[in-house]
Amino acid sequence: MPAFRFLIAILLAAASLQVHAADDSLYNELGGSAGIRRVVADLVPALQADARINATFDGVDMERLAAKLEEQFCEVSGGPCKYSGKDMTTIHEDLKVSRAQFNALVEDLQAAMRRNDVPSRTQNRLLARLAPMHREVVTK
Amino acid sequence: MIPASLRTLLAASVLALSCGAALAAGPASPDLGKLLATGGVSQVEGAGGGGLTPWALITGYGSRDSYGGNVHATAIRTQDHALYTYGFAMGLADRVEVSLARQSFRGDGGALDGLRIGQDIAGIKLKLAGDAVLEQDSLLPQIAVGVMAKRNTGVSGLGAVGNVKQLGAASDHGVDVYLSATKILLDRSLLLNGTLRATRANQMGLLGFGGERGNHYQPMLEASAAYLFSSSVVAGVEYRMKPRNLAVDNEKDYYDAFIAWFPSKHLSVTAAWVALGDITVLNPTRQKGFYLSLQAGF
Repeated sequence: MPAFRFLIAILLAAASLQVHAADDSLYNELGGSAGIRRVVADLVPALQADARINATFDGVDMERLAAKLEEQFCEVSGGPCKYSGKDMTTIHEDLKVSRAQFNALVEDLQAAMRRNDVPSRTQNRLLARLAPMHREVVTK
Repeated sequence: MIPASLRTLLAASVLALSCGAALAAGPASPDLGKLLATGGVSQVEGAGGGGLTPWALITGYGSRDSYGGNVHATAIRTQDHALYTYGFAMGLADRVEVSLARQSFRGDGGALDGLRIGQDIAGIKLKLAGDAVLEQDSLLPQIAVGVMAKRNTGVSGLGAVGNVKQLGAASDHGVDVYLSATKILLDRSLLLNGTLRATRANQMGLLGFGGERGNHYQPMLEASAAYLFSSSVVAGVEYRMKPRNLAVDNEKDYYDAFIAWFPSKHLSVTAAWVALGDITVLNPTRQKGFYLSLQAGF
């Protein structure tokens, strides 16, 4: 019966939402929204100073980028946010980002987290969730 | 004097290198584009990996659009023996690895005092699938296949024995073939590796290949597990299964516990405690001691 199936679908969706909502441990380990803001505030100037990748950010609204990065880190770490930027594929499709450039950004993020005393295991947990995005970011 | 088999593999490596360099559409200079520590260190036979066993990681910091290379020197010291290894390796397009290493094994004390045995090893490794660092949402490990062509360069300090065949080995040269699977579980800060090696080598080839007890390829299991304490410090344990082909050696499995420090992409230092078992029936002492390795490169 369609109604029964619909009910099962709702219950399953609710169950998966429950799992995500309950697992905000990484978000908390990162220091919540304040901690994420500090890391991103440190990261964005570092990206502009990184000769390996700063050309990619020419003409980019860096304040908006910072806001979107905060949303994204908040969401992937299980925080109460919803990323409202464009999808990763659309943003990166013409940028010809290489694997080495993707790694350069990872290193800049690691450095920003280190400067803000984020423990190594927490850094790795966040990187684990961001790593699969290479498929949409690395276009070269 | 470079032995014939090594000359062939050296020629093949040079060919692979030039092809790789020509095909690589990347920069003329190495791009140092891989994350710190993701090339592993140099294992005791010259391949990229841990200390005792080769991993599926490709040595060096060249990304898939570039190349990397390094030299290494390793010293192992147990109660009655020392093993010194040095060599160089290159990684091409983060897909192909070539390595050349020379091992020098010594008896220093005990029944085999004054013994000297040498071995040359040429290695080639090819990444087949996966990416240990990036594929964090997949169970697929990074998988690589590798070959080590080994030639024992002779024995001295053991009276009339000049060749390992006089110790019972069927041959003084041989080839190991291995398959490695490496997985980095970033959300647990763990690195795991499993290697399956088909080999006839006695004590990695230092005592020749094959013997009275067996002269056929056998599968040997090798495993590593390491914790990523930071982006520059990794520590773990390794295990390496060994065959027992020689009547004169009740060959034992190797174990180690290691710590590797990567102060930059140009240098790594690895220290370990190693247990190598008793080596030949002439010395019943189970060899245990220390391992120190330096790798410098890009």
